[in-house]
Amino acid sequence: MFGNIQLLIAAPALNVQLLLDGILIGAIFALAAYGLALVWGVMNVKNLAQGDYVILGGYIAWWGQKTFGIHPIVMLPIACVLLFIMGWLLYLLIIRWVINRDMFTSLLATFGIAFMLAQLLNVAFGPEIQTAQSGMTTRTLFATVSVAEIKVVSFVLCCVLAALIVAFMKKSRMGQAIRATAQDARAARIMGIDTERVYAFTYALNAAICAAAGVLISMIWVIQPFYGITHAIRSFVIVTAAGLGNLPGVIVAAFGLGVAEQYGGFVLGAELQQVSVVGLLLIVLIWRQIKLARLRQVVQ
Amino acid sequence: MRNMYTILPTVAAGITALAVLTAGPAYAKVEGDSIILGSAISFTGKYSTNGIHAKNGYDLGVKIINERGGVKVDGKTYKLKVKYYDDESTPARTAQLLERLIKQDGVKFFLGPYSSATTKAAAPIVEKYKVPMVEAEGASRSLFTKGYRYLFAVLSTSEQYLASAIALAAELAPKIGKKPSDIKVAMSFENDPFSLDVRAGVIEDTKRFGMKIVVDDKMPRDLSDISPTLRKVQAVKPDILVISGHSKGAATAARQIKELKIDVPMIAMTHCEAAKIVQKFGKSVDDYLCPTQWSETLSYKDDYFGTAADYDKLFKATFKGYKNVPYQSAQATAAVQVWKDAFERANSFDPMKVRDALSATDMKTFYGGIKFAKAGNNIAKPMVLRQIQGGQYVVVAPSKWASHPVNFPRKAKD
Repeated sequence: MFGNIQLLIAAPALNVQLLLDGILIGAIFALAAYGLALVWGVMNVKNLAQGDYVILGGYIAWWGQKTFGIHPIVMLPIACVLLFIMGWLLYLLIIRWVINRDMFTSLLATFGIAFMLAQLLNVAFGPEIQTAQSGMTTRTLFATVSVAEIKVVSFVLCCVLAALIVAFMKKSRMGQAIRATAQDARAARIMGIDTERVYAFTYALNAAICAAAGVLISMIWVIQPFYGITHAIRSFVIVTAAGLGNLPGVIVAAFGLGVAEQYGGFVLGAELQQVSVVGLLLIVLIWRQIKLARLRQVVQ
Repeated sequence: MRNMYTILPTVAAGITALAVLTAGPAYAKVEGDSIILGSAISFTGKYSTNGIHAKNGYDLGVKIINERGGVKVDGKTYKLKVKYYDDESTPARTAQLLERLIKQDGVKFFLGPYSSATTKAAAPIVEKYKVPMVEAEGASRSLFTKGYRYLFAVLSTSEQYLASAIALAAELAPKIGKKPSDIKVAMSFENDPFSLDVRAGVIEDTKRFGMKIVVDDKMPRDLSDISPTLRKVQAVKPDILVISGHSKGAATAARQIKELKIDVPMIAMTHCEAAKIVQKFGKSVDDYLCPTQWSETLSYKDDYFGTAADYDKLFKATFKGYKNVPYQSAQATAAVQVWKDAFERANSFDPMKVRDALSATDMKTFYGGIKFAKAGNNIAKPMVLRQIQGGQYVVVAPSKWASHPVNFPRKAKD
């Protein structure tokens, strides 16, 4: 471990490299986490199937490339539309019935969806690991730092998607209705907002956002029917660390998580990569607790 | 009338039971002119694909040996016959069925199940009843550290999978102007029993040559990102990168080595074929070294099956639908050959005598040399290293069996 830290000090370019790797991958984490924050904030549903929507998006991109030779990036909007429809149907079929129940019921229901999706993918495509090919290369900057073009492209795509979502939430009628429902569903209903439709739309939008993240992940990492859970955990860590309803917080936390994973993996060894992430969450929560405790004393 | 129907099966069952009880001991290991080998192997469940490959290998071995005159013991010629049970890919069932084969069917000679897990369950049983087993499909090193005396394995154990790559690196060190002890080794292994076995073998060999291990990382649990390890590799510039993480780890590694443009003179990795890295990552995986138990291009040969290539042809002609002959089948056939050889040398069917003959086995087969260490593992057959050259797997080491020269050092490719 100390050897690894010495290495970081001896070769400063490595830090740049790890930061860059972390931020580029963090952008994709931010996308999936934002979807989760949306569903959590608006509907108070903790969607455990988040990661499986991501993987499903990845499988759509991979399948499109394998069967029809379509470039995965072209498959991105198709995957979004398909997952949007699926999200809407799942809402009507399942989520609608659990949305007003206690937290445990919605956790179980979405956990069930996660299981079903993973098994269906397993039956349809088999348990082998798959990858979609972006066909792009890797560039070396200043002879020390190397960047895969696909990561830069995904970063840009993530930014564009995020901007689109923010604009949609601010400007469109549906976006405004979603925000109103999030603030107070009862008041929104009184004002004539069809909250049922808002919920369905929100859940479907989340699935579509996950699909986009999944398509990008299929080109950068690998996909496999049972890999959903790690992506779900990442989203939960990010949203919990950022706090609900805090979009800038989600973005910062996602970048932080991306960088923490890279550094954690480098210094402690790749097997402790995910430990470092959950450890980070613990630190954030404890720190927040201390801050709150101080605040309570002031109030008293 | 109705009573007749209920009584008949009972009577029939009673007679059968009686027959089994009385015939049991006589049935034993030799029935008329047939020697019965027993095997509980996976026809259903998660190991069924490879279980059936192994069964086909056993059957082909039995068929050819019987056609070419069978087994001669004490001046009499016997035929081989295998009694199979399906263990449903569960170790507990393997153990149960072996007891049944021993106690009810009276079988005294065994062929192994498929997989290390089921073999681990089988070993204590054959040990308990003091009946020998020749297995072909359990590679875990832990099978040979428990002091079993009745277990013999024709395949190379897991710690040898990548050790040959370390030996090759030592051999080639002068080509890059280094001594073997100057070679720097980077390792990335999955945290599971098989990969850790492989790792133990690699570490043993690096010590033998006095090499330095500069990166020693385990893969994350989901095996989806090893880029921090690879960044370290980029920074410390090792001479050889060794990777083992089943097919998932192999696919992740191949993808990220390509993406991060990792430039190491030698890359050795298990499960290349299973992960289909050539189909997925094309030219970028050229010059990777991949270990295998057996390859049809090897120049091993024997009197029964001819060369490895002859076996390949014979197998494809016997069993339809095989494009490539899995090494699992080849080693299963070799296990049957070991039995024949041991019976003839023991010249007896006494399990103790046959066991002693087995432990003295020293033979050449189309699958490679077979000679058992005291622990029962085969020490005469090295793992073979294949290198991916132009998308083809060609044997490059050990040099005695190489069909192509090794490409070294490799250059990073897109």
